[in-house]
Amino acid sequence: MTENPSIWQRCKVWFHRWGSPAWFYRTSGYIIPWLWGLCFILALPGLYLGLFVAPADYLQGDSYRIIYIHVPSAWMSMMIFALMAAFGLIGMVWRIRIAETMAICSAPIGAAFTLIALLTGSLWGKPTWGTYWQWDARMTSELVLLFLYIGVMALYQSIDEPRKAARSASLLALVGLVNLPIIHYSVQWWNTLHQGSTIKLDIGESSMDTSMLIPLLLVVAASKFYYAAVLLSRSRGLLLQQDQHKRWPQELWHANKADPT
Amino acid sequence: MSLFIHLVRTDLQIAFRHAGELLQPLWFMALVVALFPLGISPEAAELRQIAGGVVWIAALLASLLGLEAVFAHDEKTGRLEQWLLADASMLTLVAARLLSRWLVSGLPIVLISPLLAIWLQLQTDALVVLSLSLLLGTPIMTLLCALAAALTLSSRQAATLMSLLVAPLYVPLLIFATSAVKETQAGANVDMQLLLITAMLVLAVTLIPPAITVALNIHLRE
Repeated sequence: MTENPSIWQRCKVWFHRWGSPAWFYRTSGYIIPWLWGLCFILALPGLYLGLFVAPADYLQGDSYRIIYIHVPSAWMSMMIFALMAAFGLIGMVWRIRIAETMAICSAPIGAAFTLIALLTGSLWGKPTWGTYWQWDARMTSELVLLFLYIGVMALYQSIDEPRKAARSASLLALVGLVNLPIIHYSVQWWNTLHQGSTIKLDIGESSMDTSMLIPLLLVVAASKFYYAAVLLSRSRGLLLQQDQHKRWPQELWHANKADPT
Repeated sequence: MSLFIHLVRTDLQIAFRHAGELLQPLWFMALVVALFPLGISPEAAELRQIAGGVVWIAALLASLLGLEAVFAHDEKTGRLEQWLLADASMLTLVAARLLSRWLVSGLPIVLISPLLAIWLQLQTDALVVLSLSLLLGTPIMTLLCALAAALTLSSRQAATLMSLLVAPLYVPLLIFATSAVKETQAGANVDMQLLLITAMLVLAVTLIPPAITVALNIHLRE
C-alpha cells in the first residue's frame, strides 16, 4: 500500500463516515434543502405544464391529466420497495445502522406512494373504464404491494428493540422483493386468463406527444428528489429519537446554542 | 442426520399427544367450506364452479391457525437457544422442524381435501388435481408460515401480525392452484400450472430455510 491514500480508499473513508449518526445528521442537514429545491424546481413547471399547458387527450379529455400524479407515484412505489430491500440487505450484511434506519424510513413513503397510485388509478378508472375498481393486473399487484408495505411497517412497529425490529423488517422486505416479480407475473397471467376484454388504453411513452411527455418526465424526476428529501428527514428524526440519551445529540445542541446559524 | 430424525420423531410424538389441537385446523377448514353452500347456494353447478377456490382459501386460512406454534414453545422453554449452541447447524434443526410441521399441519389438509371437494360436488378429475395442487402447495404454505413465525418471535401481538405478513405472499400460489382446478373442469391441460407450483416449491425449499435461520438469529442474538 502506498503512503498517500488512493482515491478508492478516500471514497471508502468518505462512505464509512455516513455510518456515523452524528456525521449523517449534520451532512444530511446540508443536503436536504438542496433536494427540496430541486424537487420544487422540477415539480412546479412539470405540474403547470401538465395540468394547464399540455393539450387534452382526444379520447380521455382532461381526465388523463391524473397521470402526472399517478404514473410518478406508481413508479416510485416499486422503486422504493426495491431500495428499501437494498438498504435492508446492506444493513444486514455490513451491520450498518444508518442503512437499517433508511430501510425503515422508506416504508411509509413507499406505502404512501402506493396508496396515491391506487387512489388516483381508481379515480381515473371511473370516467375511463366506468368503474372505480377493476381487477386489472397492475391495480391488483399495487394492492398486494400495499399489503407488503403494511406488513413491513407493522412488523417494525410490533418489536420493541429498534435494531431487532429494523433487521426483522429488512428481512421481510427482502423476502417481499424476491416475491414481487412472482406476484406480479402471476397476477398478470391470472388477469389475461379471466378477463380478456379489459379496456387497454395505450398510454405508453412511445405514443405520447412531447408536450405531454416532458411534464411527465419533470414530475417523475421531482418525485425522486422528494423521496430523497423525505427519506433523509425521516432518518434524521428517527436517529435523533433513538439516540436522545447519547452524547452526539447533546453536543449538537450545545454547538447550536453557542453558534446559532 | 440421526439428530434430524430424532428431532422429527420428538416433534411428532409431542404433536400426537395433543391430537385435539392437531385436528383444530381441520375442523376449521371443514367449517369454512361448509359455510359456502349455506352462504351462496346449495346448487351443484354453482358449487362446482367455486369449489377449487373455496377449498384453497379454506386451506390458506387453516394454515394461519396455530401459526405461532412453530417456534413459540421452543422460545418459551429456551430450546431455541440450545439450537443456537448445538453442534449441528441451525439449518438442519430448522429443516427438521419444517418437515415435522408439514407432516402435522400440511399433510392433513391434503388428506381431507378430497372429502371437502366431494361436499362441493367436484368431479373426480378436478378432485385429483385439487389434491395434487395441495400436496405441492402445502409445503410452501408451511415454509412461509414458519418464516412469519420466526420473524414475529420478538413482536408483541404476533398472532394477528403473522397472518398479515403471510397472506400477500400466498397470492401466486392461490392463483395457479385454483386455475389448475378450473382448467381441469374446462377440460384443458394443467401441466403448466402444476409445474409452476412445483417451481415455486423448489424456490421456497431452497431460499426460505436459510431466511428462517437468519430470522431466528436476529431474534436470539440482537
